[in-house]
Amino acid sequence: MSVMGLFFIFIFSFAMLWLARQGVFASHWLEEGEVAHHGRAAATEPPPAGKVGLAIFLAVAGCLFSLLAAAFFMRGDAPDWQMPPIPGVLWFNTAVLAASSIALQLAVVAARRAEFERVKTALLIGAATAGLFIIGQIWAWRELIELRFFASSNAANAFFYLLTGAHALHLVGGLVALARTTDKVRGAGRVTRALTTSVELCAIYWHFLLFVWLLMFAMLIGWTDGFGVICRRLLS
Amino acid sequence: MTDASVPQNVAPPPAEVEDVELYHAHSWITKYVFCQDAKVIAIQYAGTAIAVGILALVLSWVIRLQLAFPGAIPFIDASVYYQSVTMHGMIMVVYMLTAIFLGGFGNYLIPLMVGARDMVFPYVNMLSYWVYLIATLVLVSSYFVPGGPTGAGWTLYPPQSILTGTPGYDYGIILMLVSLILFIVGFTMGGLNYVVTVLQARTRGMTLMRMPLTVWGIFAAAVMALLAFPGLFVACVMLLLDRTLGTSFFMPSLVELGERKDYVGGSPILFQHLFWFFGHPEVYIVALPAFGVVSDLISVHARKNIFGYRMMVWAIIAIGVLSMVVWGHHMYVSGMDPWFGFFFAVTTLAIAVPTALKVYNWVLTLWHADIHFTTPMLFALGFLVTFVNGGITGLYLGNVIVDVPLSATLFVVAHFHMVMGIAPVLVIFGAIYHWYPKITGRMMDERLGKIHFWITFLGAYAIFFPMHYLGVLGMPRRFYEMGETAFVPASAATLNIVITVIALAVGFAQSIFFYNLFKSLKHGAPAGGNPWRAASLEWQTPETPPGHGNWGKHLPVVYRWPYAYSVPGAPEDFLPQNAPPMSGEHSP
Repeated sequence: MSVMGLFFIFIFSFAMLWLARQGVFASHWLEEGEVAHHGRAAATEPPPAGKVGLAIFLAVAGCLFSLLAAAFFMRGDAPDWQMPPIPGVLWFNTAVLAASSIALQLAVVAARRAEFERVKTALLIGAATAGLFIIGQIWAWRELIELRFFASSNAANAFFYLLTGAHALHLVGGLVALARTTDKVRGAGRVTRALTTSVELCAIYWHFLLFVWLLMFAMLIGWTDGFGVICRRLLS
Repeated sequence: MTDASVPQNVAPPPAEVEDVELYHAHSWITKYVFCQDAKVIAIQYAGTAIAVGILALVLSWVIRLQLAFPGAIPFIDASVYYQSVTMHGMIMVVYMLTAIFLGGFGNYLIPLMVGARDMVFPYVNMLSYWVYLIATLVLVSSYFVPGGPTGAGWTLYPPQSILTGTPGYDYGIILMLVSLILFIVGFTMGGLNYVVTVLQARTRGMTLMRMPLTVWGIFAAAVMALLAFPGLFVACVMLLLDRTLGTSFFMPSLVELGERKDYVGGSPILFQHLFWFFGHPEVYIVALPAFGVVSDLISVHARKNIFGYRMMVWAIIAIGVLSMVVWGHHMYVSGMDPWFGFFFAVTTLAIAVPTALKVYNWVLTLWHADIHFTTPMLFALGFLVTFVNGGITGLYLGNVIVDVPLSATLFVVAHFHMVMGIAPVLVIFGAIYHWYPKITGRMMDERLGKIHFWITFLGAYAIFFPMHYLGVLGMPRRFYEMGETAFVPASAATLNIVITVIALAVGFAQSIFFYNLFKSLKHGAPAGGNPWRAASLEWQTPETPPGHGNWGKHLPVVYRWPYAYSVPGAPEDFLPQNAPPMSGEHSP
């Protein structure tokens, strides 16, 4: 549950900062002048609704993954816990996902410079590498199943499938959005403002999933065992 | 008060959102069925929620009949009893209260109250309703599969919830978990909309601190729901895997009917943590919108500004934050480190501070006010009394040492029905009577409304107040039959019969409400645009009921907060939020 604690402190401080910037602390009715003000000066353009929506969705998805991590550490205390061997292909997958993230970031850069062809190429590379990552994850599952590490034989195996599965499903959802964006880019024939936003949204989501994957991978290969020990110390 | 008196230097800033191309319905189907207009979605949500709510009401009769006349009704056996308890709880908490407050009132009121044309993502909003409908249908379909719905209790605690002894082992539990997962997916789509609309689509001049408290309540509840529902989601997915794939997330090694199961080492406590991580915020997901709505009802019908608006907003936020760290008080009886118990007891009792603050502010709003005892006001006052009552027993139960002996008794049933059953339902009724004129253009019948209120309010007290007493006597909850129990006197059985008779009567009396609801559609008195002379934005629409796009050609511009009642020097006893400012006015 320390994982959740950290997650909430992050969300809470973010929300408070935002509320303060929105002027919840201001007392319009105490200010001088004929009528109360109309709130923030609106000098800066507000972020597009899609971005705000995505940010909130990432908070929800982050909550989901933190809860899974919390469950992982709590269940990991039990004496029957036995982590499966980590398939070597996961290292390759990590590199591929990072490449995918970089490709989408390049697409954003290109979109901001309105370089149409480069956006298209970068998006295609991003989609292809993300697809490769998912195939690689399925490969890793097959490898474990062949070695007879079934979900029902140990909770650690089950967590391996659950965590990687949840992550892969999020990526599949992202691929649908990416496919639609790529389609729109090809249809438009040039880079518009709306398309730049779409590409940015995809890139943000990809970076988030890469970040989640890195933490998850660290958990699965046991780099975070120390963290579990700290949690137990804190709680007992 | 002419336009010339508007000082130049306070001209409203440019629109925060540009007018976007609105979705337009092209056929009957897209206008009334697969509609993306938040107002239609709201009515669909509320209709579905009320429909399953009626099912839950009937199930509560089954429970009450069994408790009053054990064994007398042939079709109620132990399985049916437990299935009824489970479905009644789950439907009321998740499919009815959450759905109607956020999906129903949220969809209808947020865009109108903040001056938006629609939700920010209308298509996702429509999808949200349809996924919710499918979730509801999956849940109800469990009545039509072999073995019937699950009887695991609404908390679905493993290991018993997925063992063969529990009714609905074969399919009921699977359908329940799938339905919950769908509900959460659907809700997340809706919740994103409510939050982003409040953040992004407010009209000019509508600052956060000028939003009606209804919007604040729904907004805070939506944020909490988005953060809390993943807990239930994870719990449901893992329990579903335990049931179908035989994983051991929650299932310890156990022997069932002399047969050793394959489960090893799972932790039922882990499920409880995940479940209550959702379960406790859920109480406030239901309560916060109710708080908000009540603030508005009281202010409008007492013709007075809400006392301590800013305190009210901060109380909502404080309750929201605190409620995320109190879930452990549902697990005192599961056993925990005494320091944990101490922590959870402290946070639980601390919630009483912002909550009491809200109650004081409501009472102070009523102080020396011009109170109109309209039906919505009666329901709001009924809420106040009921909520205080339920809240005070909450202070008892928040203490570990009091909770442990009372936890398994009817005292807890009385407590949570008062605080999160009756109280929010009274608010829902009040809100329907209040906003019905805006939704349909006609008033509901006041006389029938008052009869409905008194029967519901007094009846609910007659049902749940004696339950406290039964609980203190030690009458256990969840039991199908009492059997030979020396410590429960015979008079308790009589009391149970009385409660059941009243419950049946109050249930039937709800038909007065439905009669009123449907009759007023055609025969109600025409309401006009603003029958309650309310200041908030939803009453200032050019058309009633509001047309597609809500505001006609131009979005409204907001010059003050929504509680400008009885302002000195104003031509009427209220100043609409979008009326140009008077010279020398000092409204927030």
